[in-house]
Amino acid sequence: MASEVLMPALSPTMTEGKIARWVKSVGEPVRAGDVLAEIETDKATMEVEAVDEGVLAKIVIPEGTDHVAVNTPIAVIAENGEDVGEVEAKPRPAPQAKAPQEPPEQKEEPTSPRPATRDGAAAPARPALAEPAEYTGKTVTQTVREALRDAMAEEMRRDETVFLMGEEVAEYQGAYKISQGLLQEFGPRRVIDTPITEQGFAGLGIGAAFAGLRPIVEFMTFNFAMQAMDQLINSAAKTRYMSGGQMSAPIVFRGPNGIASRVAAQHSQCYASWYAHVPGLKVVAPYTGADHKGLLKSAIRDPNPVIFLEHELVYGESFAVPDDPEFLVPIGKARIARAGEHVTITAFSRTVKLALQAAEELEKAGISAEVIDLRSLRPFDVAAVADSVKKTNRIVSVEEGWPFAGIGSEIAAIVMEECFDWLDAPLKRVAGKDVPLPYAANLERLAVPQVEDIVAAAREVAYR
Amino acid sequence: MAATRKTNRVKPAEPDVSAETLKRWYTDMLLIRRFEERAGQMYGMGLIGGFCHLYIGQEAVVVGMQAALQEGDTIVTSYRDHGHMLACGMDPKGVMSELTGRRCGYSHGKGGSMHMFSREKNFFGGHGIVGAQVPIGTGLGFAHRYRDDGRISVTYLGDGAINQGQVYESFNMASLWKLPVVYVVENNRYGMGTSVSRASARTDLYHRGIAYGIQGEQVDGMDVVAAYEAAVEAVEHARAGQGPIILEMLTYRYRGHSMSDPAKYRTKDEVNRMRTEHDPIDHLRQRLLEEHGAGEDDLKQIEKRARDIVAEAAQFAQDCPEPDPSELWTDVLAEA
Repeated sequence: MASEVLMPALSPTMTEGKIARWVKSVGEPVRAGDVLAEIETDKATMEVEAVDEGVLAKIVIPEGTDHVAVNTPIAVIAENGEDVGEVEAKPRPAPQAKAPQEPPEQKEEPTSPRPATRDGAAAPARPALAEPAEYTGKTVTQTVREALRDAMAEEMRRDETVFLMGEEVAEYQGAYKISQGLLQEFGPRRVIDTPITEQGFAGLGIGAAFAGLRPIVEFMTFNFAMQAMDQLINSAAKTRYMSGGQMSAPIVFRGPNGIASRVAAQHSQCYASWYAHVPGLKVVAPYTGADHKGLLKSAIRDPNPVIFLEHELVYGESFAVPDDPEFLVPIGKARIARAGEHVTITAFSRTVKLALQAAEELEKAGISAEVIDLRSLRPFDVAAVADSVKKTNRIVSVEEGWPFAGIGSEIAAIVMEECFDWLDAPLKRVAGKDVPLPYAANLERLAVPQVEDIVAAAREVAYR
Repeated sequence: MAATRKTNRVKPAEPDVSAETLKRWYTDMLLIRRFEERAGQMYGMGLIGGFCHLYIGQEAVVVGMQAALQEGDTIVTSYRDHGHMLACGMDPKGVMSELTGRRCGYSHGKGGSMHMFSREKNFFGGHGIVGAQVPIGTGLGFAHRYRDDGRISVTYLGDGAINQGQVYESFNMASLWKLPVVYVVENNRYGMGTSVSRASARTDLYHRGIAYGIQGEQVDGMDVVAAYEAAVEAVEHARAGQGPIILEMLTYRYRGHSMSDPAKYRTKDEVNRMRTEHDPIDHLRQRLLEEHGAGEDDLKQIEKRARDIVAEAAQFAQDCPEPDPSELWTDVLAEA
C-alpha cells in the first residue's frame, strides 16, 4: 500500500516551510533513511528522510514551493511491486497531534478546599499526620552531637544497607565529631572517607540509592553542598517522578546549615528555603536532641531523599533524649515548644532557642508567646501554624536565612491562604539581613537574628 | 594497576562470532535504526515533543556492549538513550509511548525521551544533564561492590560530557575504591555542534583516565564485532575486581544533535562518507552475505520484522491515551 510523505516539523516551533529541492525523482527507489528532499525553515535548511521503503511514486508539492504547512502531504511512496502510475495514496486522516483523550472520568474528589487546576486535576489535600504518641520511656541526657551519632549507629545496626560517607567521617571521626566511633563499630566498608569531591560523592550516593542502598551522605557543611546542587535537585529529587514511580533515592544528605561563628559569608548561610522549594525532597531542621535523633532515624528509613539540616551552634547543647531504638519522630509534624495565647512565633533549628528566650522576655512584659518548632520544612505542617494563629491572631516568623523568598515569606502566604480572617496584625518576619554575612564581630551580630529582634517584632504585632 | 593503556586498536574484527550471533546483532541494530527513523518522522508530525536525540549511526556501540553483559549488570546513560533501552530489551511500545507522552510509556508519560528507566532491565536512565549520569553510574558500581554481587555498572557518556568536572571526580573514586565500572565514551565527534578538536585539548579520549590509573582503549564503534570484543575484555576486567576501565568508542551520529539541529558545523560530504563507507548496519549485512552464507531472503525477513515491530510500536504509541490528569500529582514521593 502506498504511503504519503508529510511535511515535517523540524523544530518544536515550525509551522510551515519551503521545499527547497527534491533529492529523489519520481520512479526512483527509496530506502528507509534516504534523503528525499531538502526543506528550508526560517532558521535552516534540513533534510527529509524516508521512513518507508519503495519507489517515489509522486511528488505532490513541487520544489520551490514556499509556505507549505506542516503535515501537508508532499509526496507518495509506493510499495515495491506496486504500479507507480496507478498509485493514489490512500487518504489518511490527518495525524492527530493531540492525543485521544479518554472521557474525563470525574473522580470523586476528596473534599479538598484547594481549587481545581485548569485541567481538572485537583491538588491532593494536605495529608493529616497522626499525632505521635507522647514518649514516656527512658531518656538519657545527651548532646545533639551524640544523639545524631546514636541515631546513625542504631539504624546501621538495624539495616545492613545503611552506610555513611563524606569528608572526614571515618578516621578523623567527623569534622564536627558527629561520626565519633562509627568507623570502629562498622568498619571502613560502611563508614567511608571520601575525597573532597561533593558533586561526585553526592551523585555516587544517589546512584547507590537507586540501586537500593540507603546512604547517609554527610556534607562537612551545607555551604559545600552547592557544588552538588545539580545532583540533589535533578537526580535525587526528580527521578521518582520522571520514572513514573519506578526509581527512588532513599538517601539522607546531612550536615550543619546556617551561621557558624565568625566564618564569614561563604561558610555561613541558611539553605532551608532553597531545598524546601523543591518537590521530591523532604527537608527537616530540628532543634532538640530528641528531634535530632527521632527525625534522623525517620529520615534514614524514609524511601525518599531527605535534606537533614543541622546547626553547628546546636551540636553541643544537651537534652533529654529517648533511649529507645524504635523512637521515631515523624517527618512533617511541627511541635509546640511552648504554649501561649497572645502571639505565635515560628522557628526552626537554632532559632527555636532564640524564640524560647524571647518568649521568656515577653512573659515579663505580660505577653504570652506560643513558640512553634517547625522541625519539618517540607512537608510543612500547615495545620500547626494555622491552628496557632487562629488562637493568637498574631504571628512572627524567625529564620537565619535571607528574608526574600525565605521560609518566612512562605509562612506569610500560608497564613493569607489559611487564616487571613483570624489575623489582627500583619505577619512580621525576623530574618538574616539581606547581605552576605560579614566577618567583623559587631557586623555579624547585626546581620543575624537576635533575641531582642524577636521580642521587638512580637511586641509590634501585639501592639504592646 | 599501572596506568597502562593499549595502543589504538581500530582493527578488523576477528571472525570468531557465529553467524547466528551476527544475525541477532543485525536484528537488534536494525530495530534501533528503524525505531529512530520512525521517531524522527513522528517528531515531524508533532506526535513527539520537546527534545529528541536520535541514535542513528551509533547502533553498533550499544549492541556490541550489551552482548558482553550478564543478567543483573546495570546500565546508565545520558539523554541520547533510545538505542540503549532497546538494546537492553525494553519494549519498543513502552519506549515509543513515552516519546509520545502517553500513559503506556515507561515513565507513564512523565519523563519523555530523555528520562526513561526500567528496573526490570536494570536500566537506570536516561539523564538529561550532560555528565550527571557518570557519578550515578559510579554509584551503581559502588552498590555492586558493597553487595559483592559480581555485577558491574556500564556507564555511558559522550565526547561532550567528557569535559565535565564530575566525570573526573567519578574516575578518581572509582579507581580509588576499585569499583566495577566500565565507562563507555561514545565519541560521535560532536558535542552538540562543537567538534571534539574544538572542545578537547587532547582528542584521544581513552587517555582521560591515565591520571587516575584507569586503563583505556580506543575501539571502532562502527563495527559491532570490534565493539563486542572490546566489551568482553573490559567487562572481564571490571568483574574481576580490577577496578574501572574506559572504552572510547569511535562512532558517528548521522542526524543532528537533536531534531532541531541544522548541522551547519559539518559538511554533507562528511556525513555521506560515513553513511556510505562506514555504516555499521550495511557493513554487517555485507559480511553476513559474503562471509556467513546468509541469503538475501533471510535478511529481508529480518528487515521486515524490524519494520513491523516499529510500525506496531508507533501505532500503539498513538493509540494509548495521555496520562490521567490525576497523574500530575503522583510519584513525587514514595509512601514512607
